[in-house]
Amino acid sequence: MAKRIDVSGLSAYYGTHKAIDDISMTVEPRSVTAFIGPSGCGKSTFLRTLNRMHEVTPGGRVEGKVMLDDENLYGSHVDPVAVRRTVGMVFQRPNPFPTMSIFDNVAAGLRLNGSYKKSELNDIVERSLKGANLWNEVKDRLNKPGSGLSGGQQQRLCIARAIAVEPEVLLMDEPCSALDPISTLAIEDLIGELKERFTIVIVTHNMQQAARVSDRTAFFNLAAVGQPGKLIELDDTERIFSNPSVQATEDYISGRFG
Amino acid sequence: MATTTPDLPRSRRPKGAARPGDRIFSGLSRGSGITLLVIMAAIAVFLTYRAVLAISQDSTNFFTTFEWNPAGNPPVFGIAVLAFGTVVSSIVAMVIAVPIAIGIALFISHYAPRKLAKPLAYVVDLLAAVPSIIYGLWGAIFLVPYLDGLNQWLDTYLGWTYIFDKSSDGVARNLFTVGILLAIMILPIITNVTREVFLQVPKMHEEAALALGATRWEVIRMSVLPFGRSGIISASMLGLGRALGETMAVAVVLSPSFLISGHLLDPGGGTFAQNIAAKFNEADEFGRDALIASGLVLFAITLLVNGAARWIIGRRKEYSGAAA
Repeated sequence: MAKRIDVSGLSAYYGTHKAIDDISMTVEPRSVTAFIGPSGCGKSTFLRTLNRMHEVTPGGRVEGKVMLDDENLYGSHVDPVAVRRTVGMVFQRPNPFPTMSIFDNVAAGLRLNGSYKKSELNDIVERSLKGANLWNEVKDRLNKPGSGLSGGQQQRLCIARAIAVEPEVLLMDEPCSALDPISTLAIEDLIGELKERFTIVIVTHNMQQAARVSDRTAFFNLAAVGQPGKLIELDDTERIFSNPSVQATEDYISGRFG
Repeated sequence: MATTTPDLPRSRRPKGAARPGDRIFSGLSRGSGITLLVIMAAIAVFLTYRAVLAISQDSTNFFTTFEWNPAGNPPVFGIAVLAFGTVVSSIVAMVIAVPIAIGIALFISHYAPRKLAKPLAYVVDLLAAVPSIIYGLWGAIFLVPYLDGLNQWLDTYLGWTYIFDKSSDGVARNLFTVGILLAIMILPIITNVTREVFLQVPKMHEEAALALGATRWEVIRMSVLPFGRSGIISASMLGLGRALGETMAVAVVLSPSFLISGHLLDPGGGTFAQNIAAKFNEADEFGRDALIASGLVLFAITLLVNGAARWIIGRRKEYSGAAA
């Protein structure tokens, strides 16, 4: 549970277009690392290289190394399907399986990984929904479709689905950008609880959110439209927001960007 | 949006339905809708009127009689054999065509490299462009002799299932062959519609499965097929509609007889459309009314099938993913 991510010399391409250039960073276990930066700077692309989702996009290609403790995710013998089972992901728009019940949504990943006894499954689903602070709201309607929940509840359902398989790392790609402020607060509280068990990486457009939830913050930027995105700096969140060491970071955070 | 109108030039401001373009278009579309209803009503009235004329003169039960002799004295005709042949050949066609069509659609939408997917989709479209009489001729001249071998094999190894037990000799001009031919004919429509539906599966649903560590097949099982379920049913019903009403290909291939046999490989049988095509030219006024009565039954069966499909699709609407 909860492994260190060590990225070195990572570049990602869409066809011939280089989206991110030569990124190296370390993400500590049991911490929250936030990625901030302007649109198109490659922070989402970079996040998707951490569970090998980038290569699902037609033309998607990655160079470099991502070490999860001592295993290279891009090693030649590594199966991307297995990577995604250890590195969970939550997306920008809540995407529960619309044809599945709430219970089946949470159990979906478990059923992919192997066969469980009904009682085991019940326990894990309950534990995961409790872990996602959703249990009390849905315990009486586990057999109802997940698409009937509110947006914030759906997103917590997706988090429950992701943590049910006990991943090492949890990636979140702007998990609150489609949610109202109250649902956002619920997710942020949840992130604070989850970091005790998982390594969490979150992409966000909301700098207050990055300041609230994360221990470390990485600022990404691009020189111009069409240029690859780069990691400008990664530091403790407090330091990034009070006294960043690069001028571009300060410009972005104080709104003097562009 | 009220806030944006002041910026528009005066001549482009919306003024309700008062503009001539709006009125003409709404009139045209309303007229088209009404025309459709009038046509449907006219067909229904015509079919029912002529059918009642015929059935009231029938000396036997219209639904259970194994004979077609409206010119006799007294007239004797019934649709039992036609209903059986139509339904059975269509079922055979569906059983063969639907899985293959889903397979082709999945291959084109999710497996084939783009360079191969485009030409393959084009070939499927071509298959739809072949006229049914050509399918009939190809079936009668090419398929029937080849199927003799297959029929022998089915008889030998699957004869115990009863339906593949060949109890009488003769070439393969039977309902099974008709079913195979119909399957080929309805393959393109089912493939095309399901392919379109599979291509519309929202990326976020597929990514949800991928991110959980699903393999390609598991993504299809968890995201693509559930999302496409109602589309698959609609596509199958479109295909079934064509199979039920197919005329020329069946008329050319089948050697018709007024017998019902559960042995699909035995020659003979008949379908509504085939029977009408075969008898219409030689029939007198009353004979034609009798054929029209059988046509009305086919119409009713088609309606029933469509209604059933809508019911199946509507039954699990909250799970359909349409809301997401």
